[in-house]
Amino acid sequence: MKNRAFDKELKTFRLGGVHPQDNKLSASAPLAQLPLPKQVTIPIIQHIGAPAKVVVQRGDTVKVGQVIAQHEGFISSNIHASCSGRIGIIEEVMDSSGFKHLAVNIRVKGDDWLETIDRTDTLVEEISLSRDEIVARVMEAGVVGMGGAGFPSHAKIKVPEGKTIDTLIINGVECEPYLTADHRLMLEKPREIIVGVRILMRALGVSRAIIGIEDNKHDAIELFDEWLREDKQIEVQPLEVQYPQGGEKQLIQAVLDREVPSGRLPADVGVIVHNVGTTFAIYEAVQKNKPLVERVVTVTGKDVKQPSNFWVRIGTPVIELITAAGGLPESTGKVVSGGPMMGKAIADLEVPVAKGTSGILMIAQAETKRAEEYNCVHCGKCIEACPMGLEPYRLLLLSKAGQSEKSKRENVLDCIECGSCSFVCPSNRPILDYIRLSKTKVKKLK
Amino acid sequence: MSATVLYTVLSLTGIGLLAAVVLYYVSKKFQVTEDERIARVEAVLPNTNCGGCGQPGCHAFAEAVVKSGDLSALHCPVGGNPVMKQVAEVLGVKAVEKDPYIAVVRCSGSFEYRKKTNVYDGAPSCAIAAQLYSGDTGCAYGCLGMGDCVVACDFEAMYMDEKTGLPVIIEDKCTACNACVKSCPKDILELWPKGKKNQRIYVACLNEEKGSTARKECAVACSGCAKCAEACRYEAITIDHNLATIDPDKCKLCAECIDTCDVRNIVATNFSPEKLQQASEHRQKREERERRKREEEKAQATANNNPEPTV
Repeated sequence: MKNRAFDKELKTFRLGGVHPQDNKLSASAPLAQLPLPKQVTIPIIQHIGAPAKVVVQRGDTVKVGQVIAQHEGFISSNIHASCSGRIGIIEEVMDSSGFKHLAVNIRVKGDDWLETIDRTDTLVEEISLSRDEIVARVMEAGVVGMGGAGFPSHAKIKVPEGKTIDTLIINGVECEPYLTADHRLMLEKPREIIVGVRILMRALGVSRAIIGIEDNKHDAIELFDEWLREDKQIEVQPLEVQYPQGGEKQLIQAVLDREVPSGRLPADVGVIVHNVGTTFAIYEAVQKNKPLVERVVTVTGKDVKQPSNFWVRIGTPVIELITAAGGLPESTGKVVSGGPMMGKAIADLEVPVAKGTSGILMIAQAETKRAEEYNCVHCGKCIEACPMGLEPYRLLLLSKAGQSEKSKRENVLDCIECGSCSFVCPSNRPILDYIRLSKTKVKKLK
Repeated sequence: MSATVLYTVLSLTGIGLLAAVVLYYVSKKFQVTEDERIARVEAVLPNTNCGGCGQPGCHAFAEAVVKSGDLSALHCPVGGNPVMKQVAEVLGVKAVEKDPYIAVVRCSGSFEYRKKTNVYDGAPSCAIAAQLYSGDTGCAYGCLGMGDCVVACDFEAMYMDEKTGLPVIIEDKCTACNACVKSCPKDILELWPKGKKNQRIYVACLNEEKGSTARKECAVACSGCAKCAEACRYEAITIDHNLATIDPDKCKLCAECIDTCDVRNIVATNFSPEKLQQASEHRQKREERERRKREEEKAQATANNNPEPTV
């Protein structure tokens, strides 16, 4: 008989980390379907890699799940119509990145899905596809990392030559305050996620998988533990609550006590990490032949009337989600796409939900306004907080002085942009802003 | 007691002498002979170490000119032609005259014309704002207004105008060192030939959106309507990506294009209003002549095509 998850010691990563208030206001709100919007705007770049190539024309009629933009190369991703209707204008629009990108507009009419897609809720446990077929199916379905980075998933499940993977880690940490999208998904679709894990294990050829879940999600840990009681290959690992545990490198350190060397990938230490949202999308792609056309988005904030978790079609304007959650509170200072730590304020409420949008957060002006900046007092708190072992205060100074070569020597590219340094700084210095600038410049050096 | 003093003085003197001899030989043995012309060139340079010439500083520039002995590729923008003439005299070579340049601001989107669509709350730096998003107005091409260029300027030749939110260049102080140009993430600043009589003409807009979109974003945006390009007799204005650009090498400063612009966004610096008025009248007369000529030709062509029936 295997150890129960609650008997296990809580693990966490060794270096740095902070404890922001978790404010998971929407944790008890069940997943609800957002009504179909009148129109969706689907950016053709929602992933890392080459933009997809548009294959539809204005005036075409499309069904849900139909490819509207084809991937270009292996590190790229298909984009599908998330609603049925008529293709509208194809032009550059502002998306949640804050820049204009080419996007396809669809005037929604009905909800007409491609016949090949299995839309029933029945659980399909039997995995009939081979490794290569799984990769091809995931690629076809346009699944990308749904934790926010947006790296094409098919590229991550194809084991690179010369590397052996021994463990698959499923990221159910959701360490960002406020967000509950992954949490709700784990509570409501545990068996589908477990099948997704098995699919990933088959594709990667590994016999061991660990689902890492933070201790503030007791119910999810319990649920997975219950379903996995007889399973010898998959286990649940409860983790201490600490930010940024959901970072790939932090999670690997927490779960397996392995350190990914600077400039290397998890595959170099024999690990692949996938998010639970991605795992669910992979389950649907492989078992149900359903492309990534919708995702769970948390809509929350302290003054929001009904903090909720919605199933949202990709391309839905953010304003629709806000309206469905009770409207924009008057106190709102910023609307953030993503969580409060790593998310990005959006400049326009019409921006579409993308594959990587995990939450829409409305923060009150009083809470979000940047406080006055003071001089560095060399307290060292940022160094203590940095989970990558960098010296953020120094990187800030180097960035201000434009010393890119020195920043590179200080390993500025290792920064995962978690924002812990800015969070703890008693002088309110915009450390991360300058580090990001420095990273851009260092990347140009090469 | 006196013996102690004596020994101390003697031993220290001895050490001093020995050190002097060692130092003398070391300095002779390892002497670095620098071309004395380098020091002389450096003496005539402005010594601002601004880096505008492309070299790390004035000493490096002096080394470079002495090494190459050719002045065609190396030019000190701060000192300009007078200083380069002196450098040429030191080296005994022929001076190469270069037209002086000045930085110009290619954006006219002041607060009045370009409304804010959101509030930027990040670190006060254009470079940081520019990599976060396209800006706090609708225009993704315009000035962000946080003054990275003013900080970059070593010559106090720029300031941010509080009324317009745009940088202003003080003509007398700008040395065309290129520092502001490099600092601007939106490439608003550009080095432009200072021009005869300090006169120059340029389009103060970089918006490449379609005309209707551009005008929604900024009331004075260039819509690429091409009226200015049609009016130009020297083909100095090209329309590319819905944006008019003037080629300073072709522009003859006739100023006839200025009032063709609906939003008066072709900037003519140091032109008198009378001159602009004249240019405008001149253009109108010319266009009138051309129009009449076209009509006559058309009439002629019609007449030729339909010859009157002969009876």
